[in-house]
Amino acid sequence: MTEPMIRLDKLTKTYRGQPHPAVDQVSMDMPRGEIVVLVGPSGCGKTTTMELINRLIEPTSGRIFLDGEDVTNADPDALRRRIGYVIQQIGLFPHFTVAENIATVPKLLGWDKRRVGERVDELLDMVGLEPSEFRGRYPKQLSGGQRQRIGVARAMAADPPVMLMDEPFGAIDPITRDRLQNEFLRLQQQVQKTIVFVTHDIDEAIKLGDRIAILGERSQIAQFDTPAAILSNPASPYVEDFIGAGASLKRLHLSRVGDVGLDTGAPTARIDGDVAAARERLRSSGRAALLLLDADGRPQRWVDAGDLEGSDLSSAGEPVAAVVQAGATLSEALNEMLTSNAGVALVVDRSGGFQGLLDFETVMVATRSAPEFYRAAKVPS
Amino acid sequence: MAVDVMATPAEHSPRRALRWFGMPVFLAVVGLALYAYVSAQDLDSIEQRTLNAARLTDRVIEHLQLAALSTLIVIVIAVPLGILATRRGARFVAPVVLVLGNLGQAIPSLGLITLVVLLAGVGFKSIVFGLVAYSALPILRNTMVGLQQVDQTLVKSARGMGLSGWQTLTRIELPLAVPVILAGVRTALIINIGTATLSTFFGVQALGYVIFQGIQLDRTPVLVVGAVMASGLALLVDYLAGVVEELLTPRGL
Repeated sequence: MTEPMIRLDKLTKTYRGQPHPAVDQVSMDMPRGEIVVLVGPSGCGKTTTMELINRLIEPTSGRIFLDGEDVTNADPDALRRRIGYVIQQIGLFPHFTVAENIATVPKLLGWDKRRVGERVDELLDMVGLEPSEFRGRYPKQLSGGQRQRIGVARAMAADPPVMLMDEPFGAIDPITRDRLQNEFLRLQQQVQKTIVFVTHDIDEAIKLGDRIAILGERSQIAQFDTPAAILSNPASPYVEDFIGAGASLKRLHLSRVGDVGLDTGAPTARIDGDVAAARERLRSSGRAALLLLDADGRPQRWVDAGDLEGSDLSSAGEPVAAVVQAGATLSEALNEMLTSNAGVALVVDRSGGFQGLLDFETVMVATRSAPEFYRAAKVPS
Repeated sequence: MAVDVMATPAEHSPRRALRWFGMPVFLAVVGLALYAYVSAQDLDSIEQRTLNAARLTDRVIEHLQLAALSTLIVIVIAVPLGILATRRGARFVAPVVLVLGNLGQAIPSLGLITLVVLLAGVGFKSIVFGLVAYSALPILRNTMVGLQQVDQTLVKSARGMGLSGWQTLTRIELPLAVPVILAGVRTALIINIGTATLSTFFGVQALGYVIFQGIQLDRTPVLVVGAVMASGLALLVDYLAGVVEELLTPRGL
């Protein structure tokens, strides 16, 4: 195995006047390019553990290695400039514009003006905000989601190999949070940073983490493994308890529709096509229903043999329901299937073109044999 | 510069206009009324000697010098002290400086200046010293409060990104504390403008001198001119300080 990006060696923090250490002898290897999630109940020391890494909190004993280099006694300011940092409140400087906020660390590192400007625009593009529109804005002129994106852009400004993120999506409404999490995963696929991510939300940990460290009191590691392994084999009753009920359901979050075997044998026909040909196709397929697609291959209506008696296909049968993108999780697909009362979900690609069908049985099989999907499923397509 | 302030969006309401133009208009009206009042009087020789442009201008300049110099000295002393008192590791000085500041302000201004004069003799320097002691508290306290009210997550964020303690202070904490510190400076300035009137008792001829002469010589026009000018000057300086405050407040707040 290659050198881990971050290595914590028996890291301990004892606050003066307290009998027990807040963080007690924590050792951990965080592999390069992965998202490691520290998750645990409030007060377990997960934030303290994170802040020991960039030495916002100085360890009482133990050693910190960054990319093989012992940084336990390095200059803390110089160290922190090599580590991106995002906190829950984001902490954008209200008297700085968006551009100035993002430029904070590059300026500290003495980049010239042009390079800083180009980097700011590049980052704004990367987090999906139009540079010309957002460059000059002040934080109070941004929505919560936009602030969060700027916070991430700012942390990545000097292209640090390591980022620390302390509940960065904590204070955002659930819908925006979900979107930001997906964006974040897509971004991570591009930039391949080593990310230490703190959260108290096990679902977020499962969704984002390549590896999860479940922490107990005094930051003791109860289990440190991939989400799949933790869900299938919780190491202790404590971990089981923390995952909570419905571990199997949670596993549905880990697999994506596009990665399971879809049923591609369903007969299809153009909605503006020949009725007789459609009838023949349905008959020869031996299935009960045929799917009508529009000119771009997007699913429109379900028809059975009876519906094909008429001559006009455009209003025959039933409109389709439960259409999901290939990038959706099995959990999302299942939810669609249940709410729309359809036995199958229609899987489409990004432009809406029909790819295949997903039924309950496929979902169940995928859940049971999921592990091989996990890695691939992490990033939405 | 004032036009620039007016141009920011959503500020074209009548209330805004009143805020920016109300005071200058009021002061102009008062000034004209005072001029008209004095012109209508039949001034005797004593009054004429006191109430002429050259002498009154000298009084105003002397007054402004007292207030400006003492406020400047207070800023130079109290802002660094206030910063020091909020630094981790030097916080123990906070109670000490606050006690000293409180002491300066708690003693009646006339008594405080008298004490200084008794120790250091009459003259401009003694008055400035007295004013400095008297007006140190607002700037000191506002510097401390201004720094303390800066959102600590911003400080943590700044340090976490690799700003040094000094960089965090100068680039983040102080700019964000500026509005509160300036409010303190404004208060100190007004205190000094007001208190400087008392300097007449210790050989400095500021606007208080005009009032004092009016009383001593029993000349109502002189008394009125002294009183109105002292009040008007205080209001004018307060207004200008308010404009400066607005201009120096960082954008985005």
